[in-house]
Amino acid sequence: MTATDTPAPRIAESAPLAVGAGRSGGGRPVGNPVGKIALAVTMSVLTLAFVYPFVWLVSASFKPRGEVFDNRLIPRTFTLHNYVAVWHDAPMALWLVNTVYVTVLATVTVTISSALVAWGFAYFRFRGRDLLFGLVLASMMIPGAVTMIPTYLIWHAAGFTGTLVPLWAQNLFGSAFYIFLLRQFFLGLPRDLFEAARLDGANNWQMFRLIALPLTRPALVVVGLFEFQAAWTDLMRPLIYLRDSDTFTVPRGLKSMVDQFGFGGEFHWELIVTASVITTLPMIVVFFLGQRHFMEGIATTGTRG
Amino acid sequence: MSRRRSAVHAGDTRAAWLFISPWVVGFLVFTLYPLIYTGYLSLTDYDVINDPRFVGLDNFRALLSDDKVILALRNTAVFAVMSVPVKIVLSFFLAVLLNRAGRATGFFRTAFFLPKMTPPVAIGILLLLMFNGQSGLVNEVLGWFGINGPAWTTDPTWVKPGLVLMSLWTVGASVIILLAALRNVPQELYDAARVDGAGWWAQTRHITVPMASGAIFFLVIVDTIAALQSFTEAYTAYFGAGNSTYANSAALFYAIYLFQQAFQFLHMGYASAMALLLFVIIMAITGIQVRLSKRFVFYAGDQS
Repeated sequence: MTATDTPAPRIAESAPLAVGAGRSGGGRPVGNPVGKIALAVTMSVLTLAFVYPFVWLVSASFKPRGEVFDNRLIPRTFTLHNYVAVWHDAPMALWLVNTVYVTVLATVTVTISSALVAWGFAYFRFRGRDLLFGLVLASMMIPGAVTMIPTYLIWHAAGFTGTLVPLWAQNLFGSAFYIFLLRQFFLGLPRDLFEAARLDGANNWQMFRLIALPLTRPALVVVGLFEFQAAWTDLMRPLIYLRDSDTFTVPRGLKSMVDQFGFGGEFHWELIVTASVITTLPMIVVFFLGQRHFMEGIATTGTRG
Repeated sequence: MSRRRSAVHAGDTRAAWLFISPWVVGFLVFTLYPLIYTGYLSLTDYDVINDPRFVGLDNFRALLSDDKVILALRNTAVFAVMSVPVKIVLSFFLAVLLNRAGRATGFFRTAFFLPKMTPPVAIGILLLLMFNGQSGLVNEVLGWFGINGPAWTTDPTWVKPGLVLMSLWTVGASVIILLAALRNVPQELYDAARVDGAGWWAQTRHITVPMASGAIFFLVIVDTIAALQSFTEAYTAYFGAGNSTYANSAALFYAIYLFQQAFQFLHMGYASAMALLLFVIIMAITGIQVRLSKRFVFYAGDQS
């Protein structure tokens, strides 16, 4: 987050709970020394439990085939071979390109379309608005399985099965959850601001594009991060829509490696482990880049949902 | 006064519809139409190649006597009943700890949340490797305490507990939500309780839990719905093209069987009927939870 001299971040940030910042209620740190030590030990053990699987995975990816399962922290034989082999034993590079393509398109389109729709519901008053917004909320309740088959048939009839299009194109139409989230932020903007802009001659588009959008940038980042993660990690849709290995995304490719190298007789778990690291790494990077937004976004989901 | 005027700007309705038009189109094409069409397909026999053939309620009749449907429903129910309460209790415990960790909260919060970023496919792979009966890390750690760990990935009795334990690795998001709720509890409540001589347990039981009950309830609903539809981790670990080594009937979740029926066997009509049954089950369970919540959830003041 860059600190600009516009009032933008301040307004939007006051909305979600300050998760990381100052402590308020109940969060009185433990005072007595015995309690302090007990807490520190408990927290360290828990941290180890949560982080160690990553460490295990990364460590295993540097081990030769026969030592992957030895559970040693430091590889007995350190090798970079897996990181060389994985690119030509599987079309890993192509899968990454496909995944970046889908993820970027999915993220950009859903953020823009959801913002448009959210603004339509937040700012304007028109007949049937509450009923329609009720439908937005209700549609969140419908399990994906219920619409999955006809949606497949639509893409099938349109000739897009086997391509990457079905993995992102629905995002052109917004997503109910993000519309809900962004609407909450838009509702938090002072209405007088827009009345003043209107008096100055701004039209509806300008008010949205030049005032509302910049003011909700942190919320847009939250939506973008959520969708980035969802698109990058999705397995179900690639399983449904993609047949040809060249069109796979990394999660789908990883699954095909499990099928081929894991169960299929050719045991090459060292490649699977390495591919897992490569698939996971971008998510970790994204998390650290957008950590605060992630945390605030999730905290907001719980209190508003 | 300006507010009054703002309600009736000329052209507002048209502009509003323009802004919401992406959703309107998407809703009609990708929600409403599929919903209706699933209903229609559930009454037919359809394999994508030939036209749907109307069969009345045959699919639903077949469904109720399909052993695999019964098995999948039972597997899914067992998984949900085991995983949801454990997940909620664990995330509450972690949130309480985080809330008391003082300056270090940020660091630990990151550590607890990080696994949530792992792609579910990779979680399925980790499950196979770490819970492996012979060489897995989990059994090695259990071995330090003299416990002879089970064959988590191959013994049908231990497949679901393994999936449940693995799912606990990603409680991070729930922890964040509960922590946010705990932070909202006014400090005065604790001060007053302490003056009255209430200990830590009494404070937790009578202040923290009730004040966080809204967030807990939210998580119960969301986690239950997610558990009833869980797919990726179990599918990655136990199903797919090459699997010949792992006993997988214990991991056959409803969503997995539905996926197989629809996209592997191309029984689109039958799968549609399965989808509708899932919808009804989820609505019923959510409905019951909402009713029960009225008794347990405490809303401070006017909850907006």
